[in-house]
Formats: sequence, C-alpha cells, structure tokens
Amino acid sequence: MQLAGSSTRELDEESASWLRRLVSAASAERQVAERELHDRLLRIALAEVRRRSASTPVTGPELDDVAHQAASDAMLAILAKLAEFRGESRFITWAYRFVILEVSSKLGRHYWRNPPVALDAAQWERLPDRLGLDPHQYAEAAGILAEVRHVVDTELTDHQRRIFIAIVVDGIPLNALAEKLDLQRNAIYKVIFDARRKIRRALVANGYLDEPEAGQR
Amino acid sequence: MNERETLERFLRTDPRDVGCSEAVAMLHVYVDLIAAGQNAADRYPGVAAHLAACGPCGDDFAGLLAAVTSEQPET
Repeated sequence: MQLAGSSTRELDEESASWLRRLVSAASAERQVAERELHDRLLRIALAEVRRRSASTPVTGPELDDVAHQAASDAMLAILAKLAEFRGESRFITWAYRFVILEVSSKLGRHYWRNPPVALDAAQWERLPDRLGLDPHQYAEAAGILAEVRHVVDTELTDHQRRIFIAIVVDGIPLNALAEKLDLQRNAIYKVIFDARRKIRRALVANGYLDEPEAGQR
Repeated sequence: MNERETLERFLRTDPRDVGCSEAVAMLHVYVDLIAAGQNAADRYPGVAAHLAACGPCGDDFAGLLAAVTSEQPET
C-alpha cells in the first residue's frame, strides 16, 4: 500500500483570511471568526446526519444532538491543530473533514445501543443477501458459498474469522465494530482486505474462480 | 452478473489501495481536486482504489464532497 503525489501549495485568499483571524491577537476578531466557523461546521454536521439518517438507528432530536456535539468537538480539534494545516487544500475543506469524521465516529458509537444483530451472531444464511446476490441466484450460489464458509472456518485466523463474520456475514458497520473492539478503522479494514485475498486464493486453487488478472490479487 | 462474478467482485482487492488511515489523511486534498474539476483519481490512484472499496471511507468522502459542493455557486 503506497500513497504518492502529496503536494503543498500557496494559501488562497479565503484560507489565509481564516488562519489570520483564528489566530488573531485581537480577541474580538478571533471570537467572530470562531463563531462563524462553528456556524458553518454545525450547518455541515446537520446536513451530514440527515444524509446518513437512513443507515443509523439514531433519529429525530437525537440526530440533531449528534450534529451539535460533532460540530463542537470538530471545532476544538481544528483550533488545537491549526498549526498542522499545510495548505494542501482550502482551509474550509480541511476543517469540514473534521466535522464529517466526527459525525461518522459518533454515529458508529450509537449503533451498539440498539444493535439489529449481536456480535458473533454468524448469520451465514444472510451471506447471499449481504453479497448482493439476487434471490434467483441463491441456489446456484450454494456450492461456492459453502466453499467460502469452509475457507473462512479452516484457513482464516481466529481474529480474521471473527472480523470477517462480523462485517461480511452479519453486516455490522465497520465503524461500529471498530468502536466495539476498540480498534482503528484501518486495522479492521486490513483484516478484511487480507481475508478477501486469502479466500480468493483458496477459491482459485480449488477451481471455483479463475486466476486474477494482472494488477489484481 | 452471475453469482461467480458477484463473488469475484467482492473478493477482488487492488494492490494500490492505501488503506483507511492514508485515505482519510488525504481526503480534503482529494475532495478539493474533484471540486475544482480535476482528476483526483489519476493523481491519487491509491486513494481512489481505497474509496471505491471501503464503505465507511467512501461514505466520509461522499459527505465531505457534498459539504464542499453545497457551498459552490451554481454554474
């Protein structure tokens, strides 16, 4: 996994203005800028919780509370990290990233208050649906899905198996599982990434799938 | 798409995939490129590969892009 091509550019006028006002020695100017930024963060947070409302059990005024908390927490994080802003993007885009991630994280935490499925439920009968198969394909897919389950049972480590079943078989949102297991989102993703490669290799070796094309694993 | 193709697509991994941490760290840069009409995926193929494969990061990307474009003047 490799990241390439990061760059630094000169600040645009609006970004420079935000930075100047947010660190201003004049408290009145600084407070106005902070209020303005908080208002914008809150507007974005409210829009974001509504955009995600179909995929969260949180509803109504509680959804607005999440947005208010996210805006406040994002505001604190932004002010604490102003020195880390390197001008790679517009300031406001950098700032909005904080509030979007706060909304994402807070909604992930709420999942466990009333989870539709328990951890380790292992609802294998739901796998065809989770993979997006049409009902008329279920019978045809039975053999290959039984092989997937066999590979999961015999070739994944205990940790890989638990994560794979939670995310793929039981459909627990990745953010929610990360919160539950006190792991970083990236750690969960890497486990699933490696499990997918392992399962694919086994299915290819056993003749269920074709060899991957160049550039894919 | 038959069941093999569906499973194939689900199990396919892209070696360029940078993972959640690096994709999230670059999210604001990536979104600004798109908002400016540039080809962010060409410039950051590893981020593009990740956002296409990771549901939560893809959702964060969609949210940030929606936030930024909601403030752009209509052309």
